[in-house]
Amino acid sequence: MEGMTYEQTMLIAKAIVLAGQGIGAGLALIAGIGPGIGEGYAVGKAIETIGRQPEAKGDARSTMFIGCAIAESTGIYGLLIGLLLIFVNPFLKYLG
Amino acid sequence: MNIEVNGPRVSFVIPIGDGIKISETLVTGWIIIIALFFLFRWMTKDMKKIPEKKRQIFAEMIVNFFNKTVKEMMGESMMHFAPYVATIFTFAITGALISLLGFRSMTVDINTTGTWAMMTFACITYYKFKTSGFLGYFIGYTQPVPVMTPMNILSEAATPVSMAIRMFGNMTGGMIITTLVYGGLTAASSAVYNLIGVGGMGWTKYFSIFQIGIPAVLSIYFDLFSGIIQSYVFIMLTMAYVKAAASSE
Repeated sequence: MEGMTYEQTMLIAKAIVLAGQGIGAGLALIAGIGPGIGEGYAVGKAIETIGRQPEAKGDARSTMFIGCAIAESTGIYGLLIGLLLIFVNPFLKYLG
Repeated sequence: MNIEVNGPRVSFVIPIGDGIKISETLVTGWIIIIALFFLFRWMTKDMKKIPEKKRQIFAEMIVNFFNKTVKEMMGESMMHFAPYVATIFTFAITGALISLLGFRSMTVDINTTGTWAMMTFACITYYKFKTSGFLGYFIGYTQPVPVMTPMNILSEAATPVSMAIRMFGNMTGGMIITTLVYGGLTAASSAVYNLIGVGGMGWTKYFSIFQIGIPAVLSIYFDLFSGIIQSYVFIMLTMAYVKAAASSE
């Protein structure tokens, strides 16, 4: 870039990196869609089971919680990536 | 205001060589280990065949719970696995819930969960070697067709990674969200103090009116519920993977 001091160039570079991180964090949280649908489906099926077989309430509930916690993990990966991008700024150090 | 999200602090440095840094997680972990050791020593002191004391009944309840879970999940032949499961679960649950006492939760550190996941991975690999033999283990990677070998290696490596990151991510996400809420409530409190004209007084720095009660609701979900469920999921997955490894041809 012509006519710019080193500091100005670095400032623009930093701004680009921060903007990229913000966009990346937003995109990473799209991962929340999948677990949302999946958990809703699992809970719906569990309620159906309880309605049909009220005596299996305890089993259905505990299995549902475990299934939800496992289904949640992909969303958690997205959340973790998003939070790391926002708070830890891992790519800023490559600017030198 | 500025909110910082940091890894575990360095508690002290052992002056050997360049200095071995001992993190907060390790100190908390050893506090838990010593506390649990003395707790269970006390609970199993002078046991009777027919339990009279409450502490023995409670200890038997814990042991029965793990025996029942392992028996249901893995069958009678794998009962020797129950102590490992019980150790991991007790350690994980106390490590997660110690954040209620004001310590930094042990599971908000990838080193802790990574270590547990690697221990489980070692168990899985041991049982795979045991059931299919040294050569059979490596042949197992080329099943069903040799083209699938990279996929099989990848899925094998994904097991400990996903187990570690599931627990770490849950607890870390909870901790960061709780920190953000605390920051927001502090800002809201000081805004209210300024509005009613007591903003300059010294005590306002230490006492935020909105921090009473509101963070407890989050804590119930992120610390209690998430910590217990994730520990349970961890041992459930451990048992499922080891059983699959032990029963495969």
